[in-house]
Amino acid sequence: MNLMVCTGTGCVSNGAFQIIDALEKEIIRHNLEGEIQIITTGCNGFCANGPIVVVQPDDIFYQMLTVKDIPFLVEEHFLKGRPVKKLMYSPGEDETPVPKMHDIGFFKKQRLIALANRGIINPEEIDEYIARDGYKALVKTLVNMTPEAIVDEIKRSGLRGRGGGGFPTGIKWEVCKKAPGDEKYIICNADEGDPGAFMDRSIVESDPHSVLEGMTIGARAIGAKNGFIYIRNEYPLALRRVNRAIEQARDYGLIGDNILGTDFCFDVRVNRGAGAFVCGEETALIRSLEGKHPQPRVKPPFPAISGYNGKPTNINNVETWANIPRIINHGADWFSSIGTESSKGTKVFSLVGKVNNTGLVEVPMGITLREIIFDIGGGIKDNKAFKAVQTGGPSGGCIPEHLLDMPVDFESLTKAGCIMGSGGMIVMDEDTCMVEIARYFLSFTQDESCGKCTFCRIGTKRMLEILERITQGNGEEGDIELLEMLAKNISQGSLCALGKTAPNPVLTTLKYFRHEYETHIREKTCPAKQCKSLISYRIREDKCVGCGLCRRNCPTHAISGEKKQVHAIDQDLCIKCGVCYDSCRFDAIEVQ
Amino acid sequence: MKLKPEDLDKISQRMKATTILREGAGRAKITVHMGTCGIASGARDILSAFLKGIEESNAEDIILTTSGCAGLCSREPMATVELKGKPPVKYVDLTQEKVERIFKEHVQGGKVVAEYALAIGSERVS
Repeated sequence: MNLMVCTGTGCVSNGAFQIIDALEKEIIRHNLEGEIQIITTGCNGFCANGPIVVVQPDDIFYQMLTVKDIPFLVEEHFLKGRPVKKLMYSPGEDETPVPKMHDIGFFKKQRLIALANRGIINPEEIDEYIARDGYKALVKTLVNMTPEAIVDEIKRSGLRGRGGGGFPTGIKWEVCKKAPGDEKYIICNADEGDPGAFMDRSIVESDPHSVLEGMTIGARAIGAKNGFIYIRNEYPLALRRVNRAIEQARDYGLIGDNILGTDFCFDVRVNRGAGAFVCGEETALIRSLEGKHPQPRVKPPFPAISGYNGKPTNINNVETWANIPRIINHGADWFSSIGTESSKGTKVFSLVGKVNNTGLVEVPMGITLREIIFDIGGGIKDNKAFKAVQTGGPSGGCIPEHLLDMPVDFESLTKAGCIMGSGGMIVMDEDTCMVEIARYFLSFTQDESCGKCTFCRIGTKRMLEILERITQGNGEEGDIELLEMLAKNISQGSLCALGKTAPNPVLTTLKYFRHEYETHIREKTCPAKQCKSLISYRIREDKCVGCGLCRRNCPTHAISGEKKQVHAIDQDLCIKCGVCYDSCRFDAIEVQ
Repeated sequence: MKLKPEDLDKISQRMKATTILREGAGRAKITVHMGTCGIASGARDILSAFLKGIEESNAEDIILTTSGCAGLCSREPMATVELKGKPPVKYVDLTQEKVERIFKEHVQGGKVVAEYALAIGSERVS
């Protein structure tokens, strides 16, 4: 007989380990050691009813156990073979047909590490964080671990930077730790700027202390006394909550001088970013912190050697920091058991676009895109067909349907011409024009280019002009080749990742949706019927009943017709806004 | 107050008495999810509606609290209702009218309003 004892965070904080001790004692007392094995498991998900013990092979589910229950349970069930009804889970007297969380596609495949406290604690109360093992990892690192041991633990966990680069966090820490100098800095990069991405904002909003605790552990490991959180001013709620968290942690002596009564000192300051996309790049961010014009600089030297004010600086992203306390609490082996060979742990994605369930999801690395979009996301809205998924924001690329079974990890995405990025995931349906998408993302990077490198500053502008021309029906033979040449040169001739990756949306759409470009250029039509210059709205004579609804709604009075007679659109006046299409109740408007 | 390592356990124990129903005095706990997504879709009105329910019923054994985003942003405003000894129930797409019914039938009457509920239970953590 196997006793599966849940030792997820929820159950442990409800005394799962005391339950294990009591079980062991009783099992020995009844001489049942040979027959019963105690196995500790990860979280069951039913945290509210912990501590939980599942008896296998019978699949009997005991919940809300206390140490007092154990002697009776062992004697009755394990010795006499009579399962104890009163300790079992009962679904309640009124059998309401409400599904369990684990039967809901959206939640079933998620696994929460960075978001472990989401929706559970009040983020403005430090005590609620502490009640869920908060700052326990900090105590462990201060009391039981040397800085070397902390770095080693993070290295062994296989954690890689969640901000986009995917550099091994432990190695980054080690370099910074070994860098000469007494004055070192810690930075949390919360300057999340990708369109459609809100992972970092959500982590800071729902669990700010996990980030603070991670940073403090990092400071202990590398020997830093000061830290910065660089966060966008456009995130007012996240800002308020992180400021409050800092205040509360300082009051409790969890940051500041002599943390937890030891001689370790570390304090954190918040710096608000003004919404420049390039500030997500670490050297530009550091220059911004120094009060200078935020432009990236040549690496090396890396910030770990020469960062803020020329001192060794360790900079990690919000999600990376939020993972640190969990790794220290549960161990490197636990963390590295999740995920794939080269990408360990989980990744948070903001799942947006044309999916039914939009939201914030945390999934183990190695899950397929299909699982994320169809099982978690619930498929495409309005039963339309899937066309592409864009990962990595403006630096990433579009992945077509035939690659949906690809596992999500750093290497696979890069191989597809995409990047993991910080976790934006935009799903597109059949009505999306891929040339227009490429144009949109390029207009974003073009706008956000800092202007330092000529290729990025002018090259993206030229690419954008070509794309605009194509979407307006003025594309020429040779445009595709020109785009490809510019793309290659921009990524070679730019200093930082902004320029290096800016052509990615164009390159991936050219790779997987080249025919759409060709149709725009040669046939002057938009296959998705989205590019306004290439479409026209017409009224179908066989379907129009002459109700006049479109005529009344048309903002430019382009539609005319007598009551109960077929109407017509004056193409010279039509601005292709689509209001007639949306308002017609008889499907009489068609797009050509 | 500056903490010592052992103080964390004390806070943890004390908090459990107030936030975890079966050890505490509360009979029901209502969590309104107030991330940016929740607030944008009207979570403040949902919070007020629950508050109004509590005030009008003079109930003293109901804990009303807020938390961050529950993940399923497209179904906000969301709230979680947990009665003592029962698994938590997540409600989605809330309106003030729905809150009134949930408060009456579930929080006070103990019967889950299945039409508005998304799911029962908690997520897989760690």
